[in-house]
Amino acid sequence: MIRLERRPTPSRFWTGATPVLAVIATMIAGGLLFAALGKNPAEAIRTIFWDPLFGQFASYSRPQLLVKAAPLILIAVGLSFGFRAGIWNIGAEGQYIIGAICGAAVALAFYPMDAVIVFPLMVLAGAAGGLAWAMIPAVLKIRFNTSEILVSLMLVYVAGHILSAMAFGALRNPEGMGFPGSRNLQQYPAAHNAELIANSGLHWGTVTAFLAVIAAYVLMQRHILGFQIRVAGEAPRAARFAGVNPARLTAICLGTSGALAGLAGLFEVAGPSGQITPDFASGYGFTAIIVAFLGRLNPLGILAAGLLMALTYIGGELAQLTLALPAAAIQAFQGMLLFFLLAFDMLSNFRIRIGRPEGAQ
Amino acid sequence: MKRRVLLATAAMGLGLATGGAAVAQGMDNVKACFVYVGPIGDGGWTYQHHQGALAVKEAYGDKVEIAWQESVPEGADGERVMTQMALSGCNIIFTTSFGYMDATNAVAGKFPDIKFEHATGYKREHPNVSTYNARFYEGRAVVGHIAGKMTKTNKIGYLASFPIPEVIMGINAYFHHARLANPDVELVVTWAYTWYDPAKEADAARAMLDQGVDVITAHTDSTAPLAEIAKEGGSAWGFGQASDMASFMTNDDGSPGPRVASIIDEWAPYYVKRVGALMDGSYEQIDSWAGMPEGEVVIGAMNDAIPDDVKAEAQAMIDAITDGSYHPFTGPINRQDGTPWLAEGEVADDGTLLGMTFYVEGIEGDIPQ
Amino acid sequence: MIGSIDPVLLVASLMIASTPILLAAIGEMVAEKAGVLNLGVEGMMIVGAICGFIAAVNTGSPMAGFLGGALAGAAMAALFALLTQVFQSNQVATGLALTLFGLGLSSLIGQGYNGIRPPATARLDLGPLSDIPVLGRMLFSHDWMVYASLGLVAAVWAFLRFTRAGLILRAVGESHDAAHALGYRVVRIRVLALMFGGACAGLGGAYLSLVRVPQWTEGMTAGAGWIALAIVVFASWKAGRVLLGAYLFGGVTVLQLNLQAAGVAIPVQYLSMAPYLITILVLVVISADRSRVALNAPAMLGRNFHASR
Repeated sequence: MIRLERRPTPSRFWTGATPVLAVIATMIAGGLLFAALGKNPAEAIRTIFWDPLFGQFASYSRPQLLVKAAPLILIAVGLSFGFRAGIWNIGAEGQYIIGAICGAAVALAFYPMDAVIVFPLMVLAGAAGGLAWAMIPAVLKIRFNTSEILVSLMLVYVAGHILSAMAFGALRNPEGMGFPGSRNLQQYPAAHNAELIANSGLHWGTVTAFLAVIAAYVLMQRHILGFQIRVAGEAPRAARFAGVNPARLTAICLGTSGALAGLAGLFEVAGPSGQITPDFASGYGFTAIIVAFLGRLNPLGILAAGLLMALTYIGGELAQLTLALPAAAIQAFQGMLLFFLLAFDMLSNFRIRIGRPEGAQ
Repeated sequence: MKRRVLLATAAMGLGLATGGAAVAQGMDNVKACFVYVGPIGDGGWTYQHHQGALAVKEAYGDKVEIAWQESVPEGADGERVMTQMALSGCNIIFTTSFGYMDATNAVAGKFPDIKFEHATGYKREHPNVSTYNARFYEGRAVVGHIAGKMTKTNKIGYLASFPIPEVIMGINAYFHHARLANPDVELVVTWAYTWYDPAKEADAARAMLDQGVDVITAHTDSTAPLAEIAKEGGSAWGFGQASDMASFMTNDDGSPGPRVASIIDEWAPYYVKRVGALMDGSYEQIDSWAGMPEGEVVIGAMNDAIPDDVKAEAQAMIDAITDGSYHPFTGPINRQDGTPWLAEGEVADDGTLLGMTFYVEGIEGDIPQ
Repeated sequence: MIGSIDPVLLVASLMIASTPILLAAIGEMVAEKAGVLNLGVEGMMIVGAICGFIAAVNTGSPMAGFLGGALAGAAMAALFALLTQVFQSNQVATGLALTLFGLGLSSLIGQGYNGIRPPATARLDLGPLSDIPVLGRMLFSHDWMVYASLGLVAAVWAFLRFTRAGLILRAVGESHDAAHALGYRVVRIRVLALMFGGACAGLGGAYLSLVRVPQWTEGMTAGAGWIALAIVVFASWKAGRVLLGAYLFGGVTVLQLNLQAAGVAIPVQYLSMAPYLITILVLVVISADRSRVALNAPAMLGRNFHASR
């Protein structure tokens, strides 16, 4: 008989090994999936995981990895605080959108003025927008004990409609022949989130993502807030005895993740994306949740997980182009990755025992 | 700068490897690539573009290789896809959605030897970017005439997507010809704010049907409006949009189905022409806006629900537009506020049409801002 | 202008629009009553939509389609059950993973099914009842699935209220340790509850693709699963209120399109936002009344059970 016996403390070995195991398992399962679709599994896996890094056009796709990973890492770092404390911000996508709208609005308000102050103001606006949007579920939770999961999620849809309203109305490009979409910020130098070193993928968003990882690491390991977050997640009652104010923690966790998501949105709209359009939102807020878990809610893990996720995106696009692999296969692949991770996670918390239970029989 | 040269050299190297040389001399082999905004199975916009792509392959056989990517998001992802296509040796890249405009131009700047063709756009920032569009309003005019004649409730509907000039043009053409056919007709417009969302389209069609509309034309791409109309059991009619949607032409019991005609986007003639021009060396940058005369807008088979005399009138209009003797926007037409737009016999110019932001007289309600 | 909206037709359309979320919500309510929070409703619905569609198209029978949808949803729920009940994984994360995986898997399976018409689902012929002037069109002219969903709500209510099995299920949701001590198989009950929830969600998805649209498109559920989750909270985990919530939400969605068609000049985006804002409002009102929530939310909701001897 196979039993699961809870370990007294999570196994450190397995905690580190599970993501690796999960990736390997996903590659195998994904390979089977691709084979079922009629594609050569080895070739597909190689196209997805190897080619973007070392393949023929890797000098183009490697920087693109950073570009794609930056918003994921930035948002996921913010989310990890909340998730560790048991505060579930599912609405990062909405905060991302609102941050982008606020930042773009500031930029367009200044257009066409060429001043150094424009970009910093945009950054502040982006962070503030995301923060404000996240404070809605925060306040509702603190004041009325409303589920932050549901409120933040509903607000994603509201944000999406606001985006559409802005792209068609207030932020629409007056010289755009009546089509929806704002001016292209890539063509407005004062507002453009350009790459710091050309073609390196290092725009301000990437830099901020790296800084966020470092800051989060320090916070979680050294700062009292990090301690409070970890305790609140693992032992809520003990946390209260330790003097953790749940309201304050909720506000800080939701606020931080909102601000970071808003920043990610701002850097994206002022950089790689360039415009506020009705289709601006590409699901980073939700993918970041996977990245957060894949990275074990640990800043360094998130860094690795974000890059891995970006790899599956870029590699997936390559596979679509060269192997005619359907786009949906990649989405299913990413879902499988999270599943395997969650399943293997069991190994770090439980020990498998075979045989009869000990004790009085 | 260095990297740009590297990229361009790599692309050119590949281009040479695949047998193409300087454009003026023509190319023996062409790799034509297509960027689609939706799935090729959508039975609408993207499906039609892909039919055009397949037609290119069929026309030129082994001399042409086609590649495509579907459901490519607009924005940064689109730009990356185009760049990767360019790097992988495409000689001509067709980007089939308005939202790819900036990305197309940006990538075109980095790959001056590759041709880019952007559908429904207006920016040509580099000599290797061409734009192309189809005069869908010609189709709307024919369909509007049929609607005006067939409606019993004198309420016809337009399931609009977004308040952009192309859609406004369609609304105006549809209504104007319905009015000419039936002076008592009224137009109801619903805005779905999507190009493709069957659930929403079905709901919007249902809302119009519940308000008494009995003929609907859709500017959105799925068959959902027709499926909704089918539930009315023969008392309401609709049209296929972008593709023929022939499965709705006849009901299972043999009676005429809800789709009485359709507007088909035929991209094959244009695609074949452009790839051919690339091969024989006559390729030049153009801004193409073709319609029925060139075979880019086709009216699908009319079913028996349409009375014979209306069929004949519609066919006459199709013939007149096709041979160039009739322009759907021929005066006298006033704007919605009553001010004159086109005098008797005057024909609308392309510029006004492409920037159309006003309704014609007789349409009630405002264009959403 | 607004007078051209026919309330009878509005209610009729509302009932059809609400049926998918009603089905998903009532299933999720049962799962949550047993103490499990399954955020994967969206994933289960959309897999049910495509599997039901495929079953119906290939066999020509809408009944087979609904069955297929229900089975597919139950299978997805079984996956969730395996991960959360056996592998003890975090319920929130697993639910999200289920949604993401479901969306991807459904798109994958659905390749090649775009633009196809499914076999039509029959309107239930209630004879003279449908000829009653106002109520007839409003209530008695729908396809049989609408009535089945209403029946299901009644059945769930009766099950939870009057049967012993329902009592045990509720006990498991209120205190799984006590139920375990009493000898009830907590894991088994939860797995069954989850699979029921999955079957209902799959059924709701199949209704979308077979009746309401009726077509298959990638991502066609468009957030309906999340709405269903909100409705369960809105309803304070009571079956009757789930019905109310579902119809309210469906009603707002249908109303905004009718307002548009009637020429009311409110910008579309603000009308479209209304259902979500109203849901938030209702959530706040419900949650603010702490006594009410405390009385109704299953105490063990979201907490994993592990039998330690």
